[in-house]
Amino acid sequence: MDNKTTYTISLYSENNVGLLNRVSAILLKRHINIESFSTSPSEIPDVFRFIIVVNISEEKIKKVVQQIEKQIDVIKAFYHTDKETIFQETALYKVKSSSLFEERHIQNIIKKSQANIVTVSPEFFVIEKTGFREETEKLRNKLEPYGLMQFVRSGRISVTKAKMDVSEILNSFKNKN
Amino acid sequence: MKENIKFKKNISGAEALIHCLLEEGVDLIYGYPGGAIMPVYDELYKFSDKLIHILTRHEQGATHAAQGYARTSGKVGVAIATSGPGATNLVTGIADAQIDSTPMVCITGQVASHLLGSDAFQETDIIGISTPVTKWNYQITKASEIPEIFAKAFYISKSGRPGPVLIDITKDAQFEKFDFSYSKCKGIRSYFPEPLIEIDQIGLAAEVINNAKKPFIVYGQGVILGEAENDLIKFIEKTGIPSAWTILGLSAMPTDHILNVGMVGMHGNYGPNMLTNECDVLIAIGMRFDDRVTGDLSTYAKQAKIIHLEIDPAEINKNVKADYPILGNCRDSLKLLYDKVKNNSHNKWLEKFSELMKIEYEAVIKNDTIPEKEGLTMGEVIISINKYTKGDAVIVTDVGQHQMVACRYAEFIRSKSNITSGGLGTMGFALPAAIGAKMGAPDREVIAIIGDGGYQMTIQELGTIFQTRTAVKIVVLNNDYLGMVRQWQQLFFDKRYASTEMTNPDFVTIAKGYNINSNRVNQRKDLDKAVKLMVDSDEPQFLEVCVEKEDNVFPMIPSGASVSDIRLK
Repeated sequence: MDNKTTYTISLYSENNVGLLNRVSAILLKRHINIESFSTSPSEIPDVFRFIIVVNISEEKIKKVVQQIEKQIDVIKAFYHTDKETIFQETALYKVKSSSLFEERHIQNIIKKSQANIVTVSPEFFVIEKTGFREETEKLRNKLEPYGLMQFVRSGRISVTKAKMDVSEILNSFKNKN
Repeated sequence: MKENIKFKKNISGAEALIHCLLEEGVDLIYGYPGGAIMPVYDELYKFSDKLIHILTRHEQGATHAAQGYARTSGKVGVAIATSGPGATNLVTGIADAQIDSTPMVCITGQVASHLLGSDAFQETDIIGISTPVTKWNYQITKASEIPEIFAKAFYISKSGRPGPVLIDITKDAQFEKFDFSYSKCKGIRSYFPEPLIEIDQIGLAAEVINNAKKPFIVYGQGVILGEAENDLIKFIEKTGIPSAWTILGLSAMPTDHILNVGMVGMHGNYGPNMLTNECDVLIAIGMRFDDRVTGDLSTYAKQAKIIHLEIDPAEINKNVKADYPILGNCRDSLKLLYDKVKNNSHNKWLEKFSELMKIEYEAVIKNDTIPEKEGLTMGEVIISINKYTKGDAVIVTDVGQHQMVACRYAEFIRSKSNITSGGLGTMGFALPAAIGAKMGAPDREVIAIIGDGGYQMTIQELGTIFQTRTAVKIVVLNNDYLGMVRQWQQLFFDKRYASTEMTNPDFVTIAKGYNINSNRVNQRKDLDKAVKLMVDSDEPQFLEVCVEKEDNVFPMIPSGASVSDIRLK
């Protein structure tokens, strides 16, 4: 059996309609499940960044990243293990307001887990927690007995420890043309 | 006043599209009209003196014809269709072009942009559908996008490792007026078509080649696409290295060249397959180690150092790990390697290929090409064709037994002459591809060799031949079976011939219905005469040859077996 590891794919691309489809098709074709996915502008103007988390073997991740990088609108793609990146996820928890006022424990839980209260209304309040998967998961377990009205967690966002030479690639293209 | 094509004031998107094609040097396109592409067809009518449109009888035929055209002419093939079913009918040809790296631009009409997503009549998400099988695709919803997108489409399709591009254009964008100007695409910042060659790698590889005792070359279509045929021959002649072709590499080098030792792969030659597992250096040039070439990867050329000349970085280490990857266009890398390798010869090693060829000749080739039995073989038909074409024809094949036999026995003296569906294995490819191949090389003899199964998958394209009087020669090798599947059923499924026997119509009568001269051969004594008549004609010709029903193609590497486990019977 292949030895599976969690890899974070960082992809720098043009912001074109359909690129998401193209990238997910590469994973679909190889029967690879996407663990988490997020997209945002990058540090470079007009360049977008995708962060995709997959759990596959090293042999497979190399090939997948080669295929992703081959796509016309992809400037560069990288993959990293968890040790090579700094990553976080954000979770939101919607809880009945009554429990905030009636259950003293809940305030302790929020404080101890370094979560923030985003909003409070007569019916519900919303807690935000940013951290590793285990931390947001732990908070979810703790809040569950009080009745979670809604729970949602974002895809992973990550920055790498090593430098990524995307600006250099774009500059060398600019200089050539 | 001299007309300036590059700038046009206030023209429709549809007219702009025609100007884009003309700017890219397109003078011939294949297609089928329909509602969502009618504005473009209206312009095609007006521009019919500059841009010929060939009406195929099915959109799939348009894509295969565009592929055939691209493969013989070296230019980008263009296919056009309407939205919905017109667009989905293109998909097989697009997938074929993608896996066989054929430059093709497909244009599809789309419902008006305000209707997108409303399940309008003949609306289909062709961008979504074609994404996994295109090199690039794009949906145009505004006329002003047309020049830039078309310039990009042609650039992407042709550059680097070629491939199909699909452009979908909403009907309102075809009608919309705008001021047109065109400039060709020279580069895209996120796309690197030809990776830089690392000179250090060239030096290392040359040293390995110079020290090799039993070097072996396998060359693929990259040589043809990179127009590196002469560089390949020079390199091979300087180094004296025995060389074998992959199915798509065939014709890059004359088949009778002393160092051209045969075909690798499932039904390739005995020597090249066996000796893949004996060579000490394997030089792969413009090929991608398809599983039909390698057989079982865990026993493929394990003893050899692998040098891989390849334009597409994603192919490096994909199937076979390269000890010395050389990225770049093989036309350039072969030149650089040529300067660093020694003059050499490997006569003893070459002799091994000849010895194994003798064994193969006795066990297989003799019976295939000069049979003693009464029934006609596919092999002797190919030999007869060789006799009258002298290897100077373009041979277009479909998929199956006849394809393997043709690629084993057809002779070639010129490049871009072997047109077949290699990677996708698309039955129905040959007839429309032959039409395109002839139009891409009008001065050349084009012979389509097709099985009775594949022929009936796109038989309607006889109508295209009838209407255009394209002088293709069609040879149907009829064994009343889906022969290759039947062969597998015989060998691996205890002769349970599930749905492989065909009750065929009278092919000669059908061809006559399309006003195509037609002939049938049942007996050996009539074969040469019929082939000669066909080759000598300047008109479209149809020839059915009724061959032995249950012949098998050998040698054969059973699926999943090692190349050195190749069977002679």
